[in-house]
Amino acid sequence: MAIEQNLVCFNTFGSPESWTMATYEQHDGYKAWRRILAGELSPGEVIEEVKASGLRGRGGAGFPTGLKWSFMPKNYDGQKYLVVNSDESEPGTCHDREILRYNPHSLVEGMAIAAYAMGATVAYNYMRGEFMDEPFPRFEAAVKEAYDAGLLGKNVQGSGIDIDIHGFIGAGAYICGEETALIESLEGKQGRPRFKPPFPANFGLYGKPTTINNTQSIASVPSIMHKGAAWFAALGPEGSGGTAQFSVSGHVEKPGNYELPMGIPFKTLLEDICGGVWKGRRLKAVIPGGSSCKVMPAEVIMECTMDYNSLQQAGSSFGTGAVMVMDETTCMVSVLRRISRFYMAESCGQCTPCREGTGWLYRMLTRIIEGKGEEADLEKLVDVANKIEGHTICALGDAAAWPVQSFLKHFYDEFEYMVRNNGRSIVEAASDAAA
Amino acid sequence: MSYELSSHVRDKIDDWKTRFPADQQRSAVIRALHLVQHENKGFVTAEQMNAVADYLSLPTIQVYEVATFYSMFQTQPVGRNEVSICTNVACMLRGADDLVDHVEQKLGIKLGESTDDGRIFLKREEECIAACCGAPAMQVNHKYFENLSSEMVDDILDGLD
Repeated sequence: MAIEQNLVCFNTFGSPESWTMATYEQHDGYKAWRRILAGELSPGEVIEEVKASGLRGRGGAGFPTGLKWSFMPKNYDGQKYLVVNSDESEPGTCHDREILRYNPHSLVEGMAIAAYAMGATVAYNYMRGEFMDEPFPRFEAAVKEAYDAGLLGKNVQGSGIDIDIHGFIGAGAYICGEETALIESLEGKQGRPRFKPPFPANFGLYGKPTTINNTQSIASVPSIMHKGAAWFAALGPEGSGGTAQFSVSGHVEKPGNYELPMGIPFKTLLEDICGGVWKGRRLKAVIPGGSSCKVMPAEVIMECTMDYNSLQQAGSSFGTGAVMVMDETTCMVSVLRRISRFYMAESCGQCTPCREGTGWLYRMLTRIIEGKGEEADLEKLVDVANKIEGHTICALGDAAAWPVQSFLKHFYDEFEYMVRNNGRSIVEAASDAAA
Repeated sequence: MSYELSSHVRDKIDDWKTRFPADQQRSAVIRALHLVQHENKGFVTAEQMNAVADYLSLPTIQVYEVATFYSMFQTQPVGRNEVSICTNVACMLRGADDLVDHVEQKLGIKLGESTDDGRIFLKREEECIAACCGAPAMQVNHKYFENLSSEMVDDILDGLD
């Protein structure tokens, strides 16, 4: 079965200079925005269309985008803001970088439409600092082109609509992908998540009503408005409208960013799109949506479709669509230690369970790998993870706990083997036995 | 010892500040630090941070706390070319650890250190740089290099001035 690719956010891919306004307009770019400028759609109609499309936040949490927009106060006279989260830092995830480099106008148009729908007249796109060399200039150039074409600014084309769009560049901090930490960073502070409530829709950037959306979510909006909510919703199964950009990495023959309809069977993604597990090896495990998602053993994910409901029912989540594939030679203890190091390094430090607990997890796993682990450590790992989960201001704590809990749940034998054999990996033992 | 921001940096900061409300100059601090760090070839000094604070009318602590929070700012002297090899899971699965070993041996330094001649700074064990589908990947002075082999890394590093 041929599967259509690049239907929404990647729709200019493959065309020459896919990042330019001319190319974007050949793919129906700015048609939706021009309809709005012509007075054909009210803000309420835009929100209803996005709600009906089934679009859910692609940053990881999967919250319905249209519903989020509707939380913004309607009868508020002061400044309101839209902020786009291009801080793409969830390990395994690299598709926002592709949108910024190769189809930035989809984001610019999406930002204009979203801001209009919520009554925001200023929108920022927060890009991670590491994007400063190529993605950031591409976005900046797209914004400039849109201004020069008279599509942004004050009273755009006499419509009475004001919209100013600005890029912003961070400086390296995973935590800034958390929406309130991102706001703090945008205000020029350390990226430390805020307590909620108050939620950003009431007290966001500079204390004003603010909505933060993921890059991919916003870049999907122009296609939804142009082709219709029903078209978008029908691309995926119930509860998972549209397409998603899957960043497939690790042990596959053809890693890559693939925009595919939601609900594609994992088996199809792995075997038909990505050429299967590399080197003819067998699949061992998959982290389906970035390192914060629970790991899934091969036999479980091979039965799943790639959408919110299927992955949740199977004990994990869709996350960011960052699919990390591990073959049979992978040492799960080593992978978990690397993940734990990440959360230790990236914890902002304001909540004790996360600040201290992530270090404990990393040091215990290191001890096990160095052959100094004890069987009691395995229980202790889960205990520490359980004490972080749900006890922190933001979700980074949960994100640090879930890999530990799931790796030990599904691959307990590997951890047990290592503590009983002075740090020797079960994988190494298997390969020696085969030799 | 005082330090004056160059006119280039001041112009860039002035331009950047227009993106924010007039009473929210603090929003420009990250960009300002990037600019001075770039001009200083890879790290910021206390004098530079003071100058940024002065220019944006901020207490110095507000600049220091930002400079020390974000991983892209270096507050100690480092080599002029920053090499960041990603070692997170996607890159690890495709050989990043071997690449780091190779580079450490080649340069005779460990992660987090700079070469004696000040040419290369091998950044600390790097976290995901969003190039997972081109793993193993690295950034050299913020430019991406993907699908690396040790030979490719040799060529890239040998080409740095």
